[in-house]
Amino acid sequence: MTEPTLLTSPQVASFVARGFLRFDAAAPADINAQFMAEAGAVAEPVEGGPFGKVHAGTLAASDIPEAPAGTPLAEVYPRGSAVARLLDLPLVKGALRSLLGEAPVFDHHFLHVTYPPRFHEATAHENVSQHTHQDSTIDPRPQAFDVQLMYYPHPVTRPMGGTRFIPGTHLRKVSEVALGRYQNMLGQQHMVCEAGTLLFLHHGIWHGAGVNLSGDARYMFKIRMHASGAQTRGWDMSDLAPRNARRPIFFRKSPPMPGTVETILTTPEPWFEQDTGRLEYVNRIKLWRYLTDDPTYDADYWLTRLETGAA
Amino acid sequence: MPLRQKVLVLYLRNSALDSPVLGWAEYDGTGETLRMAGDADTPPYPTGLAALKDGWRLFQASQLLPHARGEELDLAYLKYEFFFELLVEVP
Repeated sequence: MTEPTLLTSPQVASFVARGFLRFDAAAPADINAQFMAEAGAVAEPVEGGPFGKVHAGTLAASDIPEAPAGTPLAEVYPRGSAVARLLDLPLVKGALRSLLGEAPVFDHHFLHVTYPPRFHEATAHENVSQHTHQDSTIDPRPQAFDVQLMYYPHPVTRPMGGTRFIPGTHLRKVSEVALGRYQNMLGQQHMVCEAGTLLFLHHGIWHGAGVNLSGDARYMFKIRMHASGAQTRGWDMSDLAPRNARRPIFFRKSPPMPGTVETILTTPEPWFEQDTGRLEYVNRIKLWRYLTDDPTYDADYWLTRLETGAA
Repeated sequence: MPLRQKVLVLYLRNSALDSPVLGWAEYDGTGETLRMAGDADTPPYPTGLAALKDGWRLFQASQLLPHARGEELDLAYLKYEFFFELLVEVP
């Protein structure tokens, strides 16, 4: 058992604002190698066979366990398995505790394999990227969120078509792949990374698998988890500045101080529309209020202005 | 010569056609190119107006709708969507 390394306030604020935290090469080589062995190599495709069967065979042959939704996360993976060891890393334990509180609950996991061109050619299947989508379905919860951990157990090059995601999209209430026609958006990111890289995602972030044009199969293992109790004040809050240190807005003679919660929550993404970008700030502030359990917090007066005299 | 349609969808920064492009999609009815999600990180045009100047014909623009009471702060899909077409002769 290891002690968790809790997130800092700027890290949690960044998660609130952008919907993700990325940690490069966070898992050591021995866990990555063990995971690849447990996941197993993909079998070469059968000429003329159905494409769907290829991945079903990959899943069936892997040593990754099946687990019912709703199982305590701590009970899903056998002790000593690669994923159990991954979840026991101080960074992973700390990030999950910071965002989900004690004792997260397992929703589901999936071994995503993006196959190289020869698999598509052999099975007469079109090799294209996945449409951009938000996972699951319309999620009307106002603030509570699930976390999706994406684990990249081997290096991912640009031709391998790593996960594409659009920072800051997570607070929009959309219906899964209804947004599939948004082929490209300013600020989109493609996961090109070293082995052992981790992404912690808010469940609402818009994403999709890139097309694999390399010669190798690309693996990504995803675990979706939710809180079992309070989701608030779980990180290391000792660095949180005294709140309500209000600052001038709009008419400013110098740029805002970088790295503060207020600056992080009011930093736009490149794809933000001119008017709804401001509503993104409002919704970030609401989420920060939820996580800090501070219903009167504000950044740059965005919510105070709307609440004054509104009751 | 038969005609085929190329479709360009632009998502702009506000409802003005000369505002900057934030998102985009292309569909090529000639079959010459295959566009897909994540295939370009820079937009094909800086604004909607630039697409018009290059010969694209606007055929649909999203409406401006009032915000439902109680849902004024909720966000979902991109708001300023413009559909363009080019008709291309094919052999």
